[in-house]
Amino acid sequence: MSPTSIFAPVSTPAESIFGVSVFVLQTVAGIFVVVCALLAYAVWKFRAHGSSKNEPAQIYGSTQVELAWTVIPILIVVTLFLATTRVILEVQNAPRAANAMDVIVTGHQYWWEFHYPGLNIVTANELHVPVSDPAHPTPTFLTLLSADTDHSFWVPRLAGKTDLIPNHPNQMWIDPHETGLFLGQCAQYCGTQHAKMLLRVYVQPREEFERWVREQQQMPETDASDGKRVFESTACVNCHTVAGTAAKGRFGPDLTHLMTRETIAAGAAPNTPDLLRLWIKNPDAIKPGSKMPAMGLSDQDANAVTAYLETLR
Amino acid sequence: MSANTIAIPSEAPVRPLTLRLHEWVTTVDHKRLGILYIGYALIFLAMGGIEATIMRVQLIRPHNDFVSPEVFNRMFTMHGTTMIFFVAMPMVFGFANYLVPLMIGARDMAFPRLNAFSFWMTALGGIFLYFSFFGGDGLYGAGSAPDVGWFAYAPLTAKTFSVGHSTDFWTLSLLSSGIGSIGTAINIIATTLCMRCPGMTLGRMPLFVWLSLVMAALVILAISPLSAAQIMLMVDRYLGGHFFDTQAGGSAVIWMHFFWVFGHPEVYVLALPAFAFASEIIPVFSRKAIFGYPVMVLATIAIGFIGMSVWAHHMFTVGMTAGANAFFVLSTMAIAVPTGIKIFNWLATMWGGKLRLATPMLFCVAFLFQFLIAGLTGVTLAVAPFDWQLSNSYYVVAHFHYVIVGGILFCIFAAFYYWFPKFSGKMYDEALGKWHFWLFVIGFHLTFDFMHVPGILGMPRRIYTYEPGRGWDIWNLIVTIGVAFQAAGVLVFAANLIWSYLRGKRAGNDPWDAWTLEWSTPSPPPAYNYAVIPTVRSRRPLWDLKHPEDPDWRYE
Amino acid sequence: MSALSVSVAAGDLEWRLPSRGRVGMCCLIAAESAIFTIFVVAYLFYIGKSLAGPQPHDVLHTPIFYTICLLSSSLTIHFAVRRLAAGKMASFGMWWILTIVLGGVFLFGTGREWNHLINVEGLTISTNLFGTTYYSLVGLHAFHVTMGLVALLTVAAFYFTSQLQRKHAERVEVLSMYWHFVDAVWVVVFTVVYVIGI
Repeated sequence: MSPTSIFAPVSTPAESIFGVSVFVLQTVAGIFVVVCALLAYAVWKFRAHGSSKNEPAQIYGSTQVELAWTVIPILIVVTLFLATTRVILEVQNAPRAANAMDVIVTGHQYWWEFHYPGLNIVTANELHVPVSDPAHPTPTFLTLLSADTDHSFWVPRLAGKTDLIPNHPNQMWIDPHETGLFLGQCAQYCGTQHAKMLLRVYVQPREEFERWVREQQQMPETDASDGKRVFESTACVNCHTVAGTAAKGRFGPDLTHLMTRETIAAGAAPNTPDLLRLWIKNPDAIKPGSKMPAMGLSDQDANAVTAYLETLR
Repeated sequence: MSANTIAIPSEAPVRPLTLRLHEWVTTVDHKRLGILYIGYALIFLAMGGIEATIMRVQLIRPHNDFVSPEVFNRMFTMHGTTMIFFVAMPMVFGFANYLVPLMIGARDMAFPRLNAFSFWMTALGGIFLYFSFFGGDGLYGAGSAPDVGWFAYAPLTAKTFSVGHSTDFWTLSLLSSGIGSIGTAINIIATTLCMRCPGMTLGRMPLFVWLSLVMAALVILAISPLSAAQIMLMVDRYLGGHFFDTQAGGSAVIWMHFFWVFGHPEVYVLALPAFAFASEIIPVFSRKAIFGYPVMVLATIAIGFIGMSVWAHHMFTVGMTAGANAFFVLSTMAIAVPTGIKIFNWLATMWGGKLRLATPMLFCVAFLFQFLIAGLTGVTLAVAPFDWQLSNSYYVVAHFHYVIVGGILFCIFAAFYYWFPKFSGKMYDEALGKWHFWLFVIGFHLTFDFMHVPGILGMPRRIYTYEPGRGWDIWNLIVTIGVAFQAAGVLVFAANLIWSYLRGKRAGNDPWDAWTLEWSTPSPPPAYNYAVIPTVRSRRPLWDLKHPEDPDWRYE
Repeated sequence: MSALSVSVAAGDLEWRLPSRGRVGMCCLIAAESAIFTIFVVAYLFYIGKSLAGPQPHDVLHTPIFYTICLLSSSLTIHFAVRRLAAGKMASFGMWWILTIVLGGVFLFGTGREWNHLINVEGLTISTNLFGTTYYSLVGLHAFHVTMGLVALLTVAAFYFTSQLQRKHAERVEVLSMYWHFVDAVWVVVFTVVYVIGI
């Protein structure tokens, strides 16, 4: 079973879409069968046999037939249009639940920034949301912004995609009622590494989500170390933020709780010490064309920085 | 020798090659320009096909490293731009150029020199675009073709995000070919309205001519917005303008509107000529007049009008209001009605006929089957919420290739086989034609049927690689395998064209026993087309001549 | 194949079709209108959206005089074409030159306005959204006026070398259709820039 199938919805927008899509697929399948049967029959039945030179009867048209195959399609169109409009309104104009959680998603080349304004959390690439009970929904409303070019947020099992366009904020919402990890990726070509701007949405039971929130809200406790010194004295701080330190860059992902993430480079690699070190030393080895420059660190410095980052829980 | 030609002595000496080439380069004869357009399109078809093959090899398995992401991104940009602007459009302009004057009993197009100018502007565009591989300089070293996608969304095309000149090659080459397209469109409209032979009222023109007329009107209304948007893009990139500069309060969405106001009618510019081919070939190979000629004309005009009002169905995910989304759902679904009417009319033409399944007809029957599917997947995409899932995924890529390859290219192949005897004076080889057909049909379905599946399973388009474990692997493999069959089919096609041109049997004026005026001329027609301009009295003047006891004009 | 003409009833053959030149020019005008429409839409869309810099009501002065000049030139070219069709060559020459002069005055006025905007008000095409859309739209129109003047001057050259004759009246009329189009576009541009956008 594909983890990104649009036909396995677990959240209301995706389910509404699934419902209307089944209806339209059944309709067009019916049309296909009928017209195909007629075509196949015609090709079989009216093949020329032998070399008779007589032309068949020349029929130039028929008003009744033309009317029939104009009116019936119009009726089908009207039906489909009404069914579609109902779902558009259901999803786009859904009233905001009182206990909805807000997340501001900012698309970057080639990573996702997640800011929970009500919870004072900033993280990247891996979105955590609480599971929603259909009887008492606790949806998450996403405001979609962009720091550079166009992107698109697509996690098929949760909702249809909505674009992130600079100077054009968008809104979408999800209310997943199953826990688990849901995958997606950027769906609007945004440059060289569009393909590796992956999404991971962790839908968690309420207590687990609260625990994650508290973890994210804490300041990391790190001692001064070689790695911290290298990190703060090289250009790392120009792009990255680590709360409570001199690093306040906004161009790259917030690294304050880097070790609570399962992947690095927007899902391009698992978050292991070796790969983290490789990413710092030579980003092109993992994601060629990403905006993270090779910092030209010596092996010793790279080891130290990696060790420092490994303390950022 | 017909009474409508002038004898030319056959002992005329063979002229030197330089002189003959010079004639071709300076020609203003619509037939020669038609051949130039078609030949040009075939060369670029090969280039676009190579670009597609490179992409499919890269995607044959996850995390492949056949090409870098930079190269892949140039491949899909160049493939799309090439196929639309330098294959499909020249192809349909070439056939229209060759056939419209012949079909209306005229000696040439209204403006022969404008015709030549238009061809060379189009040709210049393609050459300039491909020069970018050598001459563009981008961030990644010498030589870079554009890599912003064929619809070049803002602000990715701004100077900040697209350094160097690769994007400018895209912009300028299309401005050049856009001038060529508008020139050809003006010519087609003026020719059709002003140069029909006596008796050929608008209601007696072949459907091919009607469809070319509406296509030309769409070119005039649709290419111009693209040119305007491209001028704006150049103002942004070189004069510090802010049309699409979101940092200065500009809008990225307005580029999308301008582009798709062009982009959607463009597909009808390509589809209407395909319908034109089908509307001429299906009747002849069914031995029946086209069913419902007046309705076919009205449906064409309806498609032209409605087609100008559907563009934002390419933008369902950008955050338009529910009202706007609903409007474009309705207009998009509405266009399925006249399009469906056409399919039914072709079917009714075949019904009760005597079908001769030669190669042109095989391609037309496959066209009907495939265009039906393409239209129906289009209806599914018109359901905006469903499009919120499917947009920008491989389902959309499958849909539009189904239209353009399964619909339009199949009709173009049919047209090649049907009119090859007229253009060259030789018959093509029917066995090779059938080999081409079956190889290509198998390849087409392997690739484009199964391509819908990764879209449904969440695979976006324009990605140079993908993650394993999402269920996409097997489908990508099958899709790539289909390419081999299509390539084989096209090679057989090319071989057939060349061999038949050199060694084929002589074709007479009218090998298909057809009914429109071009079949009354020798194959190939003389430069002046008709020594005496014909007078017609019905839609099928040759039927009237061949069946004097039962002419069409008694029934029209 | 025997003769292609099918016998037709007498009186059936009054066969008149529109002139190629007129149809061709109408198509060109349609295409150009589509281009201008896009620039007008962009102008209207961006009204009031500039984040900084000079605003229209601060710096624009309605060019009434130059507009009258350009729109009058439609009248003068109309008279010129009528004179040519009637064979009155001297009179044609006078009206034709007057048209060119009026068009030239209009362009001069545009140049003067731009000089003021750039050097005094500090508004360039890169200043803000207003600057971008204003110079693009007015500039596109001025470009078309210039192309029109080039064509008019070409006809003037033929006239002064005594090659222009009465039989060319229809072609000159087709050219005048282009000139009328350029004037009509100015009516739209004027309304959008100096009336709606202020």
